[in-house]
Amino acid sequence: MRTAFIEELTAQARINPAIFLVVGDLGYSVIEPFAAEFPDRFLNAGVAEQNMAGLAAGLASEGFHVFTYSIANFPTLRCLEQIRNDICYHNLPVTSVAVGAGLAYGNLGYSHHAVQDIAIFRTLPNLRLLSPADPGEARGAVQWLSANPCPSYLRLGKAGEKHLYSSPPLSPNPVVVQPGNPDVALVATGSVLSIALDAAALEAAAGRPAPTVFSMPWLHPASPATTATLRSFKHVICLEEHIREGGLREMLASLLPRSIRVSGLALPSNATVAVGSQNFLRAAAGLTATHAQQLILSRDDDA
Amino acid sequence: MADVVAVLYADILRLLPSNPAWPDRDRFVLSKGHCCSVLYAALAEVGFFSVSELETYGQDGSRLMAHVSHKVPGVEFSTGSLGHGLPFALGKALAAKRSGHTFRAFALLSDGELDEGSNWEAILLAPQLQLDNLVLIIDANGIQSLGSVAEVINLEPLRAKFEAFRWEVREIDGHNHEAIRLAGAALPFQPGRPSCLIARTIKGKGVDFMENQLAWHYRSPNADLLAKALAQLEQNPS
Repeated sequence: MRTAFIEELTAQARINPAIFLVVGDLGYSVIEPFAAEFPDRFLNAGVAEQNMAGLAAGLASEGFHVFTYSIANFPTLRCLEQIRNDICYHNLPVTSVAVGAGLAYGNLGYSHHAVQDIAIFRTLPNLRLLSPADPGEARGAVQWLSANPCPSYLRLGKAGEKHLYSSPPLSPNPVVVQPGNPDVALVATGSVLSIALDAAALEAAAGRPAPTVFSMPWLHPASPATTATLRSFKHVICLEEHIREGGLREMLASLLPRSIRVSGLALPSNATVAVGSQNFLRAAAGLTATHAQQLILSRDDDA
Repeated sequence: MADVVAVLYADILRLLPSNPAWPDRDRFVLSKGHCCSVLYAALAEVGFFSVSELETYGQDGSRLMAHVSHKVPGVEFSTGSLGHGLPFALGKALAAKRSGHTFRAFALLSDGELDEGSNWEAILLAPQLQLDNLVLIIDANGIQSLGSVAEVINLEPLRAKFEAFRWEVREIDGHNHEAIRLAGAALPFQPGRPSCLIARTIKGKGVDFMENQLAWHYRSPNADLLAKALAQLEQNPS
């Protein structure tokens, strides 16, 4: 996903002279093409994320649309107050880009697990939170941001995410990835969309109607279309690589009528103790297609 | 600090009060946002808004909030949490360099504020980028919230620190208007390097019962003390 991001950002920079990339001394073998083509609109700010976010606000106040780039929690939580005060309060066009959403840097340990970011960034004023599921959605997010500069957070996966579907241009609306059962919606944000599609495939293979699968690359602020699209379902099942507190499920539960059952799979809020790959840690947390299938089959009085 | 701000707005900053967004203006960032009353007064004096509006300072519904606010004409940046102004000003200075503009970016910090690590991130980077259009002014009054700077975290030798970080430094009496003017006229202190002006000041300068008193970081004078303070200041204008 990071390669799709940098390719699209470079393409946009060719037609949008405002785009400026600031990295926090990370992005080896990823960011070089941008730096080579646009040396005047590139900066390595060093291992210093507070200054990176603050100077990005300064650049943005002079007309640039700045993308700050680093991994996991470094461009987000480390400099949260700069994002809150300098960028969001002043409504400046800075996009904080974090590579490694959720457990993507699984075996690097808890410091590198970005699992509280959605909850925190949903509370910031003026901010758009974009959480693409695959390289196509990542490109769409960059295209939208280039046309709509604003305080924003782009939550990217890492590398090697599969192309999951042919995504439409980014809009605030949830995207139907795979039509299915009109009563059961499986709603994913980020690369766990692949788990939703696997769960739907398991249901189809079992001879049952597969749920309707949605992706929500536009996560915050929710649009009226989000409620309008999902309110016809009886059961909305959320998938997110994030702790349950403050994430997608809580967001949709607060938006949808109480008559709709909202359930989902998320990560436990306590820190992981085991070492493992993204897939290993997802499985350990119950974030799998099989667990999603159990929710699809569960009755109202189950979990 | 009032002396530094007064001379900045009278003699040093290139500004156009009739057009606060004039592209070629110098950018001034007050990082110690709690001292906004001084900046508001300077902005009103040079014509960004009416002097009479100063009476609304801190009152319900006023735009003159008690930490500096960018909703006020002439204010570039809202601060209040310390350690934000210098990185922001650095970004503005970099923007000027990268887009061919000639404006300068000033950031005024307190000495106690230098405890914030974010400042040192910017202090490291600015010489690397050769930002000679960036000016850091330190209001070195030697007092911070809970005591003297020397007692809390001693910053000395302050000048040597900045020199070691490859800034060009000048140190002046921050109440001497001529010294402030001369420093302003000498900017940049050296081409290719960011400039640091250490203004040694006395908190509450000119009012005998306020000078160097920590309590006056917090207190507001009652009518009687205000009259006494004003009388002393008018007797001995700096």
